[in-house]
Amino acid sequence: MNKLETEAKGMSTQNYSLFYGGFKALNRISIQIPSNRITAFIGPSGCGKSSFLRSFNRMNDLIPGVTTEGKVCIDGRNVADEDVVQLRKKVGMVFQRPNPFPKSVFENVAYGPKLHGVKNRSDLAVVVEKSLKRAALWNEVKDDLHKSGMSLSGGQQQRLCIARAIAVEPEVILMDEPASALDPVATLKIEELMNELKANYTIAIVTHNMQQAARVSDYTAFMLTDENRAGNLIEFGTTKQIFTTPSDTRTEDYITGRFG
Amino acid sequence: MTFGTKRAGTQKIMRTVLLVSALTSVLIVVLIFVFTVGRAAPAFHEIGIWKMVSDTTWRPGSGEFGILAMIAGSGIVTLGAVLLGVPLALGSAVFLAEIAPEWIAGAVRPSIELLAGIPSVVYGLFGMAVIVPVVRTIPAPGNAGYGVLSASVVLAVMILPTVTSISELAIRSVPAEYREGSLALGATKWETVRRVLIPAAKPGIVSAVILGLGRALGETVAMIMVIGNSAILPAASTGNPLSIFLSRARTLTGNIAVEISYATGVHESALFATGVVLFVLIMLINSLAALLLKKGVR
Repeated sequence: MNKLETEAKGMSTQNYSLFYGGFKALNRISIQIPSNRITAFIGPSGCGKSSFLRSFNRMNDLIPGVTTEGKVCIDGRNVADEDVVQLRKKVGMVFQRPNPFPKSVFENVAYGPKLHGVKNRSDLAVVVEKSLKRAALWNEVKDDLHKSGMSLSGGQQQRLCIARAIAVEPEVILMDEPASALDPVATLKIEELMNELKANYTIAIVTHNMQQAARVSDYTAFMLTDENRAGNLIEFGTTKQIFTTPSDTRTEDYITGRFG
Repeated sequence: MTFGTKRAGTQKIMRTVLLVSALTSVLIVVLIFVFTVGRAAPAFHEIGIWKMVSDTTWRPGSGEFGILAMIAGSGIVTLGAVLLGVPLALGSAVFLAEIAPEWIAGAVRPSIELLAGIPSVVYGLFGMAVIVPVVRTIPAPGNAGYGVLSASVVLAVMILPTVTSISELAIRSVPAEYREGSLALGATKWETVRRVLIPAAKPGIVSAVILGLGRALGETVAMIMVIGNSAILPAASTGNPLSIFLSRARTLTGNIAVEISYATGVHESALFATGVVLFVLIMLINSLAALLLKKGVR
């Protein structure tokens, strides 16, 4: 793949800054996120990695007083110019705390496809089954798709949320600390799942857990706040390079646990 | 055993004081019920409970004490109030909870809450001065403006604040995660409200409606002022079944308030019996609310 093609396909930002009112939270971030790979965003609390992740599906729009500078592009198109409904269909999101709707397992997964025009019951059933299988949850719920999504365990709920995101056939899945509320076994399952999903999706994950970043991601971006408390991208590279031979001493200090 | 005996004593006394305060309201409810039933007993005995609630003729002068017309009257104005008031209240609740910027919600909310504080006699005056003349313009035989429709409109406004504020609270207490989850899937704000927030807030909204029902059923003075007070079964005056809403009627509460000052003997007892029926209806509605709330909490 030549350079132009990568740019046209993946996610990227150019000199992107984000402000909460007068406060600058992200400072001129430029990055090129490779397609069909897992990219992890690491950094201490408050470094802006969640805000940055939420820039790709414009979830920051929901917060009054947010303004931006620079560009966030998906497939070469500025997300600010896109219809937000279409954008979010293309860019799915999984949240820190599993947030299934208080509906049945089936209705949770069918929610997105229904919004986007799938009406036929049997078509929906196909999408639901396919999505639950991809999210490695099918075998655990297939006997009773009509029980409440809230009755599942935390780990199952999070996989349900992944299935719900997959059901609208996104290109990108954003994951905001998807395992931070889960136990180690459930976390492992999510990580295995991510590995399978990257064949079909571009995944960006924010994580507090450096071992997790090292385990699951292909690329790692390290973020840190500067003296004005604005988040900066310090270093970006393959996960192997960031964890073994970081070029910035601040990255090395963070990786080796000297702060953060 | 570092517990001082004095502190232990205070603890005991306070427990008793609090228990007595809590029991007072229970005692009062029981007293009201017992005395109302006691005074209604002669009527129930002489006329018969079934005969009273199934007969439509209320003619105290000739010893006829059927209250079905008033049960129907209370029922139909309450229904009308719910049909008119609940959609409006739900709309306001969604607007206040989800759509309005805080400064607008901050201005609208107190004015809705103010509605709750207006004495019902003032609502009655408003109904007579504004609603009745408007209803009177509907061309139908015998339509004088006073009747079920005017009463329903007035009642709809009266239940608005209760239903709005409780529904708003219910919508606001839906976890923000549901909202985000829905929007992140590409839902619009309206789709999120309709498909996620309202279903999630449903137990709260249902109890808001039921509280409104209770309020509507119990309203007295404003009803007397606009409903026409004829002790007849509401009926359609033309071929159009909707004209039933132009019929005059009388509510259970109105029946008591209008006649109790001069009633004696069985007549008086029959009014107490009307009170018992009202009491039972309200109790049924409240238990329904409790049941639905419990189901909602799970």
